[in-house]
Amino acid sequence: MAEHYSSFNRGNTRWFLQRITAVFLIGVLAFHFMLLHFVNHAAEITFLGTQARMSQVGYFGTMIAFLVTATFHGVNGVYNALINQGLEGTQKQAVKWVLVVASLVLVAQGSRTALYMAGIIA
Amino acid sequence: MSQSYDRGTVEDFGRWKEFSAGMWAWIFHKFTGWVLVGYLFTHIAVLSTATQGATTYTQTIRGLEALAIVRVLEVGLLAVAVFHILNGVRLLFVDLGVGLEAQDKSFYASLVLSGAIVVASVPTFVSGAF
Repeated sequence: MAEHYSSFNRGNTRWFLQRITAVFLIGVLAFHFMLLHFVNHAAEITFLGTQARMSQVGYFGTMIAFLVTATFHGVNGVYNALINQGLEGTQKQAVKWVLVVASLVLVAQGSRTALYMAGIIA
Repeated sequence: MSQSYDRGTVEDFGRWKEFSAGMWAWIFHKFTGWVLVGYLFTHIAVLSTATQGATTYTQTIRGLEALAIVRVLEVGLLAVAVFHILNGVRLLFVDLGVGLEAQDKSFYASLVLSGAIVVASVPTFVSGAF
């Protein structure tokens, strides 16, 4: 049997949230790839097509949830990987806040873009 | 139940011949995770052209998709995403204590299945670019 390796300490909140967001992302990331590469080809994407999809409340909500969970899962993964590599003290605090700000900027910009795509702001 | 192992220093890559399947799974999952989070920021940056108007958005997406290198990179992104998803499912089962005895085999299965899905997807991803 192979040993089990992880960058996370099992049982803590960051570990738990990483698993919960993973379950959601497994389905939504696969759906995203299928829809935008196989059902609609990426090379044929137009603003009107994007707007038609984003105008549906369910799709819009799913994409916002996708943005938020993917940002959390990605940034939380990076943070834990760095802690696992020995990050601590002031550096750990600095990295944490840089990642928090980067996440907030990404979610804000992604949400703003989604509103433009849905035609809610123009 | 949680157990910890002394895995040594992963940065000492000269030890790579000693790495077990679990170590390779950890390295690949970490690498694909870094690629995906990097891509997420790039993806939102590109999609943000939607705030500059419909024409700018459509031309940007179509201009990028017309480049063969972008299509090749997209195949790479698919490979990274599929492996991260499949190995992620494996990790969830491992954390639930399911299939612990076969976790090396499930890692190999993740690799083989990722390869098969990517190879099968290549025609769709590169269609019209070459």
